[in-house]
Amino acid sequence: MKSSRFAPWLAIALGAIYFIVPLVATFEFSLRKRRGEYSFDAYAWVFADQRFIESFTYSTVVAIVTIAVGVLLVVPTAYTIRVRLPRLRPVVEFITLMPLVIPAIIIVFGYLRLYNSSSWLPLTSSRRATDLLLVFSYATLALPYMYRAVDTGMRAIDARTLTEAAQSLGASWLTIILRVILPNVRVALLSGAFLTFAIVIGEFTMASLLDRPAFGPYMQNIGANRAYEPSALAVIAFVVTWACMGLIQLFGRGRRFTAIE
Amino acid sequence: MGFLDLEGVQKVYGQNTVVQNFNLSIARGEFVSFLGPSGCGKTTTLRMIAGFEVPTAGTIRIDGRDVTDLKPNQRNVGMVFQSYALFPNLTAAENVAFGLRVAGQPREAIRKRVEEMLSIIKLPQLGDRYPYQLSGGQQQRVALARALAVSPAVLLLDEPLSALDAKIRVSLRQEIRSLQRELGITTVYVTHDQEEALSMSDRIVVMSEGRMEQVGTPFDIYNYPATRFVASFVGTLNIMDAKIVDPLSGRLAIDGQEVVSTRGMNGVRAGETRPIALRPEAITIDGGGDDRNRMEGTIEEVAFLGAVVRIRVRFGENAVWLDTFNNPGVAPPARGSKATVSFGRSDLLLLEAEAR
Repeated sequence: MKSSRFAPWLAIALGAIYFIVPLVATFEFSLRKRRGEYSFDAYAWVFADQRFIESFTYSTVVAIVTIAVGVLLVVPTAYTIRVRLPRLRPVVEFITLMPLVIPAIIIVFGYLRLYNSSSWLPLTSSRRATDLLLVFSYATLALPYMYRAVDTGMRAIDARTLTEAAQSLGASWLTIILRVILPNVRVALLSGAFLTFAIVIGEFTMASLLDRPAFGPYMQNIGANRAYEPSALAVIAFVVTWACMGLIQLFGRGRRFTAIE
Repeated sequence: MGFLDLEGVQKVYGQNTVVQNFNLSIARGEFVSFLGPSGCGKTTTLRMIAGFEVPTAGTIRIDGRDVTDLKPNQRNVGMVFQSYALFPNLTAAENVAFGLRVAGQPREAIRKRVEEMLSIIKLPQLGDRYPYQLSGGQQQRVALARALAVSPAVLLLDEPLSALDAKIRVSLRQEIRSLQRELGITTVYVTHDQEEALSMSDRIVVMSEGRMEQVGTPFDIYNYPATRFVASFVGTLNIMDAKIVDPLSGRLAIDGQEVVSTRGMNGVRAGETRPIALRPEAITIDGGGDDRNRMEGTIEEVAFLGAVVRIRVRFGENAVWLDTFNNPGVAPPARGSKATVSFGRSDLLLLEAEAR
């Protein structure tokens, strides 16, 4: 009995060491800025740096807009596929998986070729338009996570039967989406939203190649020029990401709904 | 013209005809069941009435109004689903109120109606519970109240008791029926459970492979099945091979023992072997009166089921199951013992040659 319990605990311990040791080491290194003693000087430097505030704010705003775009794109799509066009499901699943298969650098070079300043839709010709392109890029990047989260939520509530039940009670499509579907996929939607947030906050490739002042390029820049601050930034980024995961858990635990069989 | 009319209704998916030429007229306040095996088209027909499926051909009328092309939310039809389909984010009371809110009824009227419906389904104290806090039977009652709250013209129930356990199924079907009688609502009930259909319905539509096999009262469907499918699908049947001795007088022989059938034998020739059907409850294990058929056999199997003792009697090539009530004063017959069984002359039903 004891030996059968030992093996799983060993696996958990090894896994924990694999993940925790680098984190602890990074955190420990970030505290060494002051010679001979531990301090939060690196963190103080980071938080005092105007570029940190600007890039973090920029990425946060972009993340929020990306979530809005993702929700507007994914919820109606996932709902339509579940309720009205289930035969198109494999096609849509394939499309939503593409961003996982195609590297971000390929996507962004494609964008640059397609939307450069001499193209029919010059999205890179102004800063605002490039911001918009970045939001769409991130929405694409987060598509696999957002779609899967929402689709799983819709499957769990049997969106099709709930729709029919609401229809038979006289509800219109808008009423069904707003009062039946959205409240019941709330948790799934939040999961997708926080995953999107976590992806956008640390993304480097697209922001860098589109030359936008995001948090990812800022981290890279600090990493190339400073010693202890990059570690502090890594820890901050990690805490932000885990805060997002924690929020998913928190909201996920909310009201317990039955999955309709 | 009835209250709910289906005229020449047909549904085709690609090459597959799921429902063909369905004609039915249902009177106001009538309880009609669609009975048949999986894939017979009963649920598709129900969904066409609800508006979830569009008929390939035909017309559906509710109270004289052609609803064939109307959307489900414009038909005033209440629907109860097998999976309950309660909205998980709403309490039982909010679920019942949903249709009333959609219709824009005043808050006070909604509150009163919800209270009324919850007391009708005998759950007045559970209005603030969420679906996950209710049992399957309670959830289905709430679903029923929700469908009835909006006072629909027609109530449609799609195998509403299939997901429940046997005991609750029986009690809930009695409740549904008495509620339907009380409200006088025209009801279409889809089931594959013959006991449900027989016990609840004013009329039953037996369906097979998209066709209506027979429409009739439970008594007629059970006792006078129009086709061999109905005979074999509704109730338990003993099917035996009988040799026709004299079609005019109805004499036939089962394993060499001669019996008489007073049911019609049109188009049957003497000497022909045909399958015949006999209900287990039509057979008794005694000599019976002179007007009854008698056959000698051997007790092959005895199954004690509590209130009922199920006995298998073999005559030769053929054997029958019969049910007798348990009598604590009399022990069940022993296996291998000889027995005489009897059955009425009108109980023998001649089937088509390929019925077995």
